[in-house]
Amino acid sequence: MSSDDGRPRLAVVGAGPAGLAAALAAAGQGVRVMVIDSAEAPGGQFYRQPAAGLGARRPQALHHQWRTWRRLREGLDRHIAAGLVTHRPDHHVWCVEQRPEGPLSSLGSRRFTVHALRGPAQEDPVEVRADAVLLATGGYEKVLPFPGWTLPGVVTAGGAQAMLKGGLVVSGRTAVVAGTGPLLLPVATGLAAAGVTVAALVESADPKALVRRAGALAGRADKLAEGAGYAVELLRRRVRTLVRHTVVEAHGTDRLEAVTVAELDAGGRVRPGSERRIRCDTLAVGHGMLPHTDLAEALGCRVEPDGTRVWVDDEQRTDVPGAWAAGEITGIGGAALSLAEGHIAGRSAGARLQGREPVPDEWAAAAKSRGELREFLGVLDTVYVPPAHWVDQVTDDTVVCRCEEVTAGAVRVAVAELGAGDVRTVKLLTRAGMGWCQGRMCGPAVAGIAGCAEAVSRRPFARPVPLGVLARAGETAGKPGKPRENEDADDIP
Amino acid sequence: MVGAACALYAARAGLSVVVMDRGPVAGGTTGAGEGNLLVSDKEPGPELELALLSNHLWVDLAAEPGLGAAIEYEPKGGVVVASAPEGLAALERFAAEQRTAGVEAVAVAAHQLPDLEPYLTPGLAGGVHYPQDAQVMPTLAAAHLVRASGARLLTGRTVSEVLRTPDGAVRGVRTDRGDIHTPAVVNAAGTWGGELAALAGVTLPVLPRRGFVLVTEPLPPLVRHKVYAADYVADVASDSAALQTSPVVEGTAAGPVLIGASRERVGFDRSFSLPVVRALAAGATRLFPFLERVRAMRTYVGFRPYMPDHLPAIGPDPRVPGLFHACGHEGAGIGLATGTGQLIAQVLGGRTPDLDLAPFRPDRFDGAGANEFSRETP
Amino acid sequence: MNPLELADAAPGPAFAVTLDGRELAALPGQTVGAALWAAGVTSWRTTRGESRPRGIFCGIGVCFDCLVTVNDRPNQRACLVPLRPGDAIRTQEGTGHEL
Repeated sequence: MSSDDGRPRLAVVGAGPAGLAAALAAAGQGVRVMVIDSAEAPGGQFYRQPAAGLGARRPQALHHQWRTWRRLREGLDRHIAAGLVTHRPDHHVWCVEQRPEGPLSSLGSRRFTVHALRGPAQEDPVEVRADAVLLATGGYEKVLPFPGWTLPGVVTAGGAQAMLKGGLVVSGRTAVVAGTGPLLLPVATGLAAAGVTVAALVESADPKALVRRAGALAGRADKLAEGAGYAVELLRRRVRTLVRHTVVEAHGTDRLEAVTVAELDAGGRVRPGSERRIRCDTLAVGHGMLPHTDLAEALGCRVEPDGTRVWVDDEQRTDVPGAWAAGEITGIGGAALSLAEGHIAGRSAGARLQGREPVPDEWAAAAKSRGELREFLGVLDTVYVPPAHWVDQVTDDTVVCRCEEVTAGAVRVAVAELGAGDVRTVKLLTRAGMGWCQGRMCGPAVAGIAGCAEAVSRRPFARPVPLGVLARAGETAGKPGKPRENEDADDIP
Repeated sequence: MVGAACALYAARAGLSVVVMDRGPVAGGTTGAGEGNLLVSDKEPGPELELALLSNHLWVDLAAEPGLGAAIEYEPKGGVVVASAPEGLAALERFAAEQRTAGVEAVAVAAHQLPDLEPYLTPGLAGGVHYPQDAQVMPTLAAAHLVRASGARLLTGRTVSEVLRTPDGAVRGVRTDRGDIHTPAVVNAAGTWGGELAALAGVTLPVLPRRGFVLVTEPLPPLVRHKVYAADYVADVASDSAALQTSPVVEGTAAGPVLIGASRERVGFDRSFSLPVVRALAAGATRLFPFLERVRAMRTYVGFRPYMPDHLPAIGPDPRVPGLFHACGHEGAGIGLATGTGQLIAQVLGGRTPDLDLAPFRPDRFDGAGANEFSRETP
Repeated sequence: MNPLELADAAPGPAFAVTLDGRELAALPGQTVGAALWAAGVTSWRTTRGESRPRGIFCGIGVCFDCLVTVNDRPNQRACLVPLRPGDAIRTQEGTGHEL
């Protein structure tokens, strides 16, 4: 399994746009790369592919920027054929460990061990050793709570899209798409194209504000055109768009039956009397994205105090020597930014792993794109914000932590009567964030309702790990090439 | 937790109390604990006497309307098991000594273990059942005791100075948000108790002893008691700085199983250590094989306030009139909090404490002992 | 237009799985969640506190709302686990574990 040809080895975690761009760039420099990814096929969330068994002959109908995907896919195939890149699908990484021994700069020291669980049940351990790691773990959707949001039929906007792209299924006949952010547009048009009646697109922001910031956005006319394209598509499909509106409640007993939407005033408060009910069996809702920073945090990488990004330098290096990061985990920015960051990270890692000082001129185009997109997204972030007073709509009996069924009222009692003033204490007093998802879903909501700052969540296990696996983790470390029985201790090809 | 208990008993003794913390409620070691109220792991002596006193007080508190449920008090009992006959003999000798000190300790033969814990690994030599061992959810306990005390709670406030009169007596504290005047200051700063003592000009050798806890997915009540291996007692009493782990497994009211216990003296290093949690997982799965396929969801770290002789500092500091200490309980601070609070309230009120405080004297490390201690600090 | 037509899908032959003993058809490659959605089922577990119904929420394996028992293995994420012919899906309650 291990062929030690003296080439340095890079483990890339994540096969979305950032991870793939990084893998191609690093392999192009002659580094051996293993791309470790949880999905069955490369692409990440943005380029999520229909399951192979579904025989989709026109997957591009579900996607945008298909040509970019073709380029990535062909590049990956080429490098795999040449033996420089290995793709490990269905590998669920729960921890990246840095071994204390071994000098920092020496190649072949295999300082990092990537611990993964293989297979859909996530029970079989795999360990991959590498000289460097590149974390491109992507993001997931942020959803703020409202009464009824735990009803079946209420899904995240990204979830509706993932089920459509990957499984070619939808959860009902009539949908409302709601929340805030650029993701809502492709979700609404995608569902409509798939035959769902989209009763309304409910956006709490006023995208007209983007027009007022047109100067700052002009540098990325392509992105603006993309947005305009969606708008045309919505009109064509007769999707009613309600801007400066929000969903205040989802109705139903055991399943979603309708939502109430209401208009927001200039201050972000619900305008009394503006409520109206829309019948639907699906609500796809989202309020932006959050990065998967767990692996980086546990590895010791610096994460911004509010948890929104892993710190990187101009080369996409984290402050842990040998660890790079690219894509959503260094700040939410979408596929185009992820591609640019991944390319730069891969170039940098490729050079440095071979003892060369990288030449930034080689990635000047990517760096320019990265700069422009970050500026563009900075503006977008000021426009697409949840309603300023969303907390007012969260009644005391609304469940905030979906896993542990902690209500907003319990969070409020912890703050008002038990002395909690930060998210950690709220969690300890209420169990909000202690369940299966470890606060990934409720973190921003709990902070908002408690009226305290969001904080970096420490999750040393990026996903649940069987105790039997944990009990034997790393037993093969220091004995490369000698896998234990039932365990695949794996060197990069 | 200890501060909350001191506040409760002092307030009930008629004193006016302010509780101050630089962080939130339970922000230090309390929030990182398992909430053990144990007599089983203590040898006869002053700590066991304190544990027995505390145990009675916890029972009383849990019986107060609403309080038992609010703090998730669970009198579930402990089961200590030995894997080999030699270990069992030592455990039974230990239990016999504890019985003379008033501990309920019931020998359990190997074939009886499944009645207590049906999912324990087969082939153990036997064990001892301690019905008095119990558990609370420590953060809830601290918060609810403060609330029940009626004391004024000031969180996010850091003490920067202990104010003293010209003749050296305490007259209050200076904080980052103003002075508070009081003739009595109780140092319940846990692992950071040495820092607070230093502000009053005295040394108190409290040092951190790191521990990790593993938390599983929610389960039905498959682990009924607090179950641990007999070598845990030796680890608790050990002076070694090196990593020690011995399996301690218990279910919780909320569902997840908690797995401890590791002990290391590595300062206040919060970084995740896979080798440590690996050892915890290995120990737990040896005791309960069904845990092999149960998933760990998270792990957290805390710093036990460790003193060189493994006893807390409780009582007035003879070096500074008006300064009282209630810290250094190592891994037993939740359990020992009630007794400590009661004793502190008694000495604050000028009454004779229920226990002799001499073994807990805060100045017992002055002189040679303290020097010796500072040399062996890692 | 439905999603399969949109992507011009020509899936392999459908196969049978069961949900609490009731037979359902699934397409190759579909996850438990996708097959249940296709069959019109949107919830398959109840919570351990309030016994409330839950199904897919995040759709990408992060939220753990869609936990389900597959072939006697509890707490599998329906949105991640692909189905194979004959798989026995069971709705689950509470912790998903039995005493």
